[in-house]
This record gives sequence, structure tokens and C-alpha cells, in this order.
Amino acid sequence: MKSMQWREIGVGMVAPAVVIAVWQAVAELGWVNPQVLPSPLAVVRKWIEYLLPLQPHTEGSWLAWALSGELIVDSITSMYRVAVGFVIGAGLALPLGLAMGASQRVYAWFNPLVQLLRPIPPIAYIPLAILWFGLGNPPAVFLIALGAFFPVLMNTIAGVRQVDGIYLRAARNLGASGSTMFLRVILPAAVPYILSGVRIGIGTAFIVVIVSEMIAVNNGLGFRILEAREYFWSDKIMAGMITIGMLGLAIDVGMNRLNNYLLRWHRGLEH
Amino acid sequence: MSAAHIVIDHVSKVFATEGRELVALQDISIEIPRGQFTCLLGPSGCGKSTLLNAVAGFALPSSGTISADGVRIAAPGPDRGMVFQEYALFPWMTVEQNVAFGLEIKGMEKAEIARRVGDLLKMLSLQDFRQRFPKDLSGGMRQRVAIARVLALDSPIMLMDEPFGALDALTRRNLQDELLRIWSELKKTIIFVTHSIEEAIYLADRIVVMTYRPGTVKRDILVDLPRMRDPAAPEFNALKRELGQLVMEEQQRHHNDELRAAAVD
Repeated sequence: MKSMQWREIGVGMVAPAVVIAVWQAVAELGWVNPQVLPSPLAVVRKWIEYLLPLQPHTEGSWLAWALSGELIVDSITSMYRVAVGFVIGAGLALPLGLAMGASQRVYAWFNPLVQLLRPIPPIAYIPLAILWFGLGNPPAVFLIALGAFFPVLMNTIAGVRQVDGIYLRAARNLGASGSTMFLRVILPAAVPYILSGVRIGIGTAFIVVIVSEMIAVNNGLGFRILEAREYFWSDKIMAGMITIGMLGLAIDVGMNRLNNYLLRWHRGLEH
Repeated sequence: MSAAHIVIDHVSKVFATEGRELVALQDISIEIPRGQFTCLLGPSGCGKSTLLNAVAGFALPSSGTISADGVRIAAPGPDRGMVFQEYALFPWMTVEQNVAFGLEIKGMEKAEIARRVGDLLKMLSLQDFRQRFPKDLSGGMRQRVAIARVLALDSPIMLMDEPFGALDALTRRNLQDELLRIWSELKKTIIFVTHSIEEAIYLADRIVVMTYRPGTVKRDILVDLPRMRDPAAPEFNALKRELGQLVMEEQQRHHNDELRAAAVD
């Protein structure tokens, strides 16, 4: 078992190693302008530079100093926007989705509006967002919330509607009704769907944060890679992109863990 | 008031499908005394599950009435606990939580729930599985939990819809014995739906054989073999042969119906 695992990891490293080797070779042979394609080493050097504090430590806490690097501040800023936007978007979508899934009346009221608004990509709201909220965090958070809203809403509706009738019958037989039925049977039965909506919603929120930072604000990872382009710092663009990739991966791994924990009762669990 | 525990009085059930009317049950009347173990026996499509669902209150009859303890049945309720073939355990609850659920709905005190659940788990040899989720249990263990969940309600009536249909032969016999033990201990009135002739004879005080579409009572017999019954005994086999003939007649009608339907297509 163990050796198989290591072997799999080893096999998985081959492709990235080849890509990096070819990239390094191309850069070293001088086939391309380093301003267009910097070498991987240059990108890593830039990434470390970007990560470390700008000023040497003088006074105050070491921790604050260690976290004062541009990359860390940008990452925290971006993740903060994702978190706030997601909580607002999902926080609105969840109750509405539960109501729409559970009640045909509520569904009939809201479904046409939802169907009309849902295909509009959050990006298309950028002009309106700036008109309504000006610049800074508010338009960015608005766009992220919008990006998270629809996936969570649609999956919550579907989750409540697909609840297997046998659970409802069993629960009614045991005497459940009203809020007990909803909170202890329908809601938990819908959790697998809701969680996959949450996962898609966070993914969308993460995409939208990068885009909205390119437009409405002057910090965060999205802003930073756009700024780097102005100065032809392609190594910094790539360093920023790698950071975005790593954060995206971290979110996904975190979500996966949460998923596995919350759905530990569920069949067909992915480990 | 009649002495019977459950009274099924001139019950019919008609389903409307694709503009056609399907008579699932036609004028069925059965009186079931308190504490009797009754099996509804017949091929699929004979309406035995429909009748059970009507007693459970899930799907009320189109005409006629069903009453329990003299009260007309109008909705599902914890006085008629049901065990389903598909177990219908709540997969997000542990064994313990599944069994406790009905008691929590009743608003019973926590300590009392814990005591009752503990007793039931012991009774069904589930005490080592209390923290497990249903997905980690075998079919037989799941059905034990489902039985414990219904017993927790302490309902005088137990309805069982082919509960052992999906189990292997050995597990099935094991659970049948367990059920008989519980029944003789707790004196429940049980209606048990099955298409297995042997299962019906092994378990029941009384077997109601039903006809295929429309569902009516074809034969209503009392089984007076002494318990525990031996499926290899000559009396057992004589009864099995007799019932087999009745059920096969209905199965043949079911089969012919299917052939006709296929020919129309």
C-alpha cells in the first residue's frame, strides 16, 4: 500500500519535471525574449522576493514583519474578499434555495427571475457594480457574492427536490412533520447536493475575485499581476499566477476535507 | 365495537394511469384480531403492498374504510410502525440516532430515550454497532436497526413490507426467528407482506392469499402448525403445496397479462 502510494506520487512528478526542464532549456538557450518567457528559476527567485518583507526588520512584532511581504498581504486581501463575498452570496442562496425546493409556490414565484438572471456571468455585472458601489471592496464583494449565489442556489433547490420519498415516508411513519421533517430529514438528505453547490460556488468566487481585482481595486493578487504587466515583469506575473494556483488548490483540498467529514455517512465517498 | 384490532372494511383502491383506471384493490374486507401475525401473500401486482400502505395511512383507499382500535385511519402515524424492504434508515444518522429518532419526536426525556434505545439495541444484538452509520452495515443488520426503530415507538401494530426480501437465505431465516421471538415477547399485531410461500407459512398465524388485478382475497387460512415450525415437516409441505397452487394461478394470470401488454406494444 505505502510503496504504491509513493510510486504514484513519483509518477505524478514526471510530467511537471519535464515541463520545467524544457522551459528552463528554452530560456537558457536564448530562444525567446526573457521578458516574454522568463526562466523558471527567475520566476522562483521573483516569487521568493515577492513573498519576503520589503523592509528589513526594525521594530515591532516579528510575526507582523514576517507577514508584511507583498505576496502575503495580497493573498490575505484576496482571500478576505472571497470569504466575505462567499458568505454573503451563499448566505442568501441557502435559505432561498431551501424555500424554493420545499415549496412549489415559492418556486413558482422566483424561478422565472432566477432563470433569467442565472445565465448572466458575474463579469457582465462589472459596469453596474462600479456604478452602484464605486471603487474598492464593495463592488468586488458584490461580484463575488453574485458568483457564489447561483451555484449554491441551484444545487440547494435540486437537493431538496431530489430527497428520496422513502425517507419522507419513514419519517412520517415515525411521527415527524413540519420543522422536524425539514430540519432532521429533508435538510440532511440535501446536504450532498448543497455541498457540491458550495464547492462550485467557492470556485466561481475565486475566479471572480481575480477578475474584479483587475478592475475595481488596487491591491490583491488580481491587481498585482495586472500591475506587473504594465512594467513588463513577466516573472512577477507568473509568480502571482503560481500563487493563485496554490491558493485555489488549497481551497479545493480544504473543501474536500470538509466534504469528507460532513458526508462521512454517505456512500460512494471519495477519499 | 368489534373485538378486532384492525378492521379493513370493503376497501377498494383505484389508480388512474394514462387515462386508464387500474383497480388495485376490490372490495376487500379483513378483520385482524389483536396479537395476530397475518401474512398477505401473492405475486407482484396483487395489491398486497397497496393494502399495507393503506393501513399505514400513506395512500388512503378510494372507497371503504380501515380502522385500528376503532379509529378510522386517515394518515400515517407512530401507532402503526412500518418496516420497509429498502430499510429506509436515515443514512446521515448513526444506528443509535435512527432508533432514537421516533422517541425524540415524541418529546421523550433524554435519559429515558438513552435507556430505551440501549435496551432495544441489546434486544436486537446491535449494541456493538451503535455508533455506526447504515452504510457500514450489512443488509441483515440494517433491517435489525429498522425493526428496532419501529419497536422504539412501542406501537401495538407493526407493518412489514417484504422486509426480508433482499436478504440471503440464512440471514433471512435468522431474522425470521428473531422476529418470531420479539413478536411472542411483545404481543404485537403484525401484518407482513411477502411473496414467499415458505416465509408466510413459517411466520404466520393466518395467511391471506390475494388475487392478481384486481386484488381481492382469494383464500384466507389459519395456520395451526405448532411453533417453531419445521419447514421439512410433512404438514408444512402439504400446506406449501396447497398455497403454491393458489399463488401460481395468480402468477400465471400476471404472466399472461404481461404477454398481452407486450403483444399490444
